[in-house]
Amino acid sequence: MKIAVCVSNVPDTATKIKISAGGKEIDKTGVSFIVNPYDEFAIEEAVKTKEKFGGETVVISVGDDSNKEIMRKALAMGIDSGLLLKADGTLDSDGVATLLADEIKDGGYDIVFMGKQSVDFDTSMVGQLTATKAGLNCITVCVSLTIDNNSVTAEREIEGGREVVKSGLPVVITAQKGLNDPRYPNLKGIMDAKRKNWKRKP
Amino acid sequence: MSKLIIAVIEQRDGKIKKSSLEVVSKAAVIAQQLSYETLAIIPAATVEESEKIAQYGIGRIVTLSNSAFSNYSPSGYTKAVAEFAKEKGAEVLLFSNTAMGKDLAPRVAPLLGAGIASDCTSLEAQNGELVAVRPVFAGKAFQKVKVNSSVKVFTLRPNVFPLVENQTTANVENVNIDSPDLTTTVSEIKRAEGKLDVAEADIIVSGGRGLKESGNFHLVEELASVLGAAVGASRAVVDAGWRPHGEQVGQTGKTVTPSLYVACGISGAIQHLAGMASSKYIVAINKDKDAPIFTIADYGIVGDVFEILPVLKDEIKKVTSN
Repeated sequence: MKIAVCVSNVPDTATKIKISAGGKEIDKTGVSFIVNPYDEFAIEEAVKTKEKFGGETVVISVGDDSNKEIMRKALAMGIDSGLLLKADGTLDSDGVATLLADEIKDGGYDIVFMGKQSVDFDTSMVGQLTATKAGLNCITVCVSLTIDNNSVTAEREIEGGREVVKSGLPVVITAQKGLNDPRYPNLKGIMDAKRKNWKRKP
Repeated sequence: MSKLIIAVIEQRDGKIKKSSLEVVSKAAVIAQQLSYETLAIIPAATVEESEKIAQYGIGRIVTLSNSAFSNYSPSGYTKAVAEFAKEKGAEVLLFSNTAMGKDLAPRVAPLLGAGIASDCTSLEAQNGELVAVRPVFAGKAFQKVKVNSSVKVFTLRPNVFPLVENQTTANVENVNIDSPDLTTTVSEIKRAEGKLDVAEADIIVSGGRGLKESGNFHLVEELASVLGAAVGASRAVVDAGWRPHGEQVGQTGKTVTPSLYVACGISGAIQHLAGMASSKYIVAINKDKDAPIFTIADYGIVGDVFEILPVLKDEIKKVTSN
């Protein structure tokens, strides 16, 4: 099974947000960046899926070289390789989804995981936009997932309950808190991460 | 031909959601300001009371019906809504930013070549153009957004936009969706028994670490029960396993905008404040008078939750039973 997990670089949630002089961006001075918290559930689910079904996993991020830091965490948690899709820092959800969809469309992926939203711009759209642009199925806000042959059954959180959703592969799954308990990278994982393969496009 | 704005309506069990009527109200107001025609569409198997929409200013109501649409189908609703909107030449589509609208709108938008702004808390016509405001960084900052594509999609945060009564004549039409795309379907809905969801509640009573252990959460539940409120929780108590994550309010939980938010034994970490600061009235109960929660509370009680919650519950019971 070929599995991708898409991760986003976001300011630590304890950050006090200051707007920079132009009024269009945040002031990044002194801000520490982390793996988007919802993406950690996506990474864990990707690693678990490979452990169960075999295959390969790749972590994909859109941005500049500073994203490598957070991608390294995914590698330390057990993802096999990294792919950085280079872009200027100012892409919106649609721009990010366009780059992801271009990569995923012809990449032969069976499952693509990502967080249900990234806690910077909070649009909750990248999963659906990517899937639609790439022509894949998509289930969002998943709190449980079962993969069986060529289909998936997921439970997604809705107001006052859960919906059980069925879909075929390939599929984009967006992760909600509750999907799993993300593992902490152990020392071996952290050491191994340094030797794992990197690609960069373009 | 005049330009068209479509309000996409959400039904559950055939009943129209209040948040959809907020969308109808906003669509009708914008239509008046920018001389748009209006249309409300409802993907559904059957709908009761669809004329209710006409109370809020949209008379032309179209049901996109198929027996498989009694539950949400991401692929089915997407195709039905996108094809209908394309055929009618819609220029603006408004959705509610509910679990369904949030899922559906970003699927519909790319099929229409539309740009999309989600979770808007303001949408106004300015100089003939629509300008949206949406919270970012969990409400720590706000972003002003203009969508530049010719077709534009917006999702509106529930509980923020007012209902605007504007009775017009209902004209309900049915369009059969003959070949729905059912590649992704909902097979079952599991309801949390009799529980009100924090995302939809008008009153929320939340508990934090100040309750000391999960066994003490009944104090919060009892107060919630006399107020008819939903129970919320801070991240600390969710991570400790005292409460399900569905109740978590804050940056990695739910963002809520109830009329009344009662924070019990919650110190008010920046991530928690981000999720509830836009509540209309905030009451905080905490032992520590310097707790950050008091910086945003309208009413603060400095004291022990174990003493105050039972008294508060009894007093509110007295008032509400009279």
